Amino acid sequence: MWVFILGDMSVFAVLFGVFMTYRDKQPALYAQQQLELHRSFGAINTLLLLTSSLAVVVGVRAIRRGLHRLARASIAAAMVCGCAFLVNKYLEWSSLLIHHHKPQGNDFFMYFFVLTGLHAFHLILGMGVLVAVFALARKPKLTKGQVAFVEGGTCFWHMVDLLWVVLFALLYLVH
Amino acid sequence: MAAQLGSILRNRVTLVWLGLVVATMASWTIGTEHGLHAHLATTIVLLVAFIKVRFIGMYFMELRDAPTPLRALFEGYCLVVATVLIVMYLVAG
Repeated sequence: MWVFILGDMSVFAVLFGVFMTYRDKQPALYAQQQLELHRSFGAINTLLLLTSSLAVVVGVRAIRRGLHRLARASIAAAMVCGCAFLVNKYLEWSSLLIHHHKPQGNDFFMYFFVLTGLHAFHLILGMGVLVAVFALARKPKLTKGQVAFVEGGTCFWHMVDLLWVVLFALLYLVH
Repeated sequence: MAAQLGSILRNRVTLVWLGLVVATMASWTIGTEHGLHAHLATTIVLLVAFIKVRFIGMYFMELRDAPTPLRALFEGYCLVVATVLIVMYLVAG
């Protein structure tokens, strides 16, 4: 799982670099277009994912201690945060598209939609992993393989969180 | 269940989460106010972002307790990507 996580992080690192390269070529355009974003969407989504990560940590520790109800409640709370992130993202994208800020409009919005879309895809995959972890949290005893899945799968969720931390800084705050 | 939750949350990981929330609010303020020089503000924002990434790795992903090579790879990632992005930004001026 760590090969996959570090590989995915490396792909995103290249994309961060590509974004910066194109930003450096047209700093005025990027600065102007960035002002069209509502930074509160990005900040709220960061807080949602950080909170979901804490809930996942609690869930994993509860599974290790055999506290099944607490584990399921914590993983469910993390999934609620993940759903709230997606709703927030849908509202943000809708608001941008209504105001004619489309991916084909300019480089900034092309990268904005590609990067946030790719991240949202990872988040949806992560939600699938959390559903599986939620199901495993019902079991009174996990096999070694299931424990490895829980630990690896929840690390994938934390990766989704840390990638958003960088995207929030790059897309919404760098000026 | 509340007592069990309390026993798990009475831990350094909760403080880390609180620190990450405070750092997010601080970055938001620094990144949106125009009182600071743009280069300084952006450098701080990027540095804070990768410090947050490191803390997510060490405490949420439990890399503090991972084998040294894995931990070193992760810490190296944070250091290299943060440095490259900040240098790219500053060189572009």
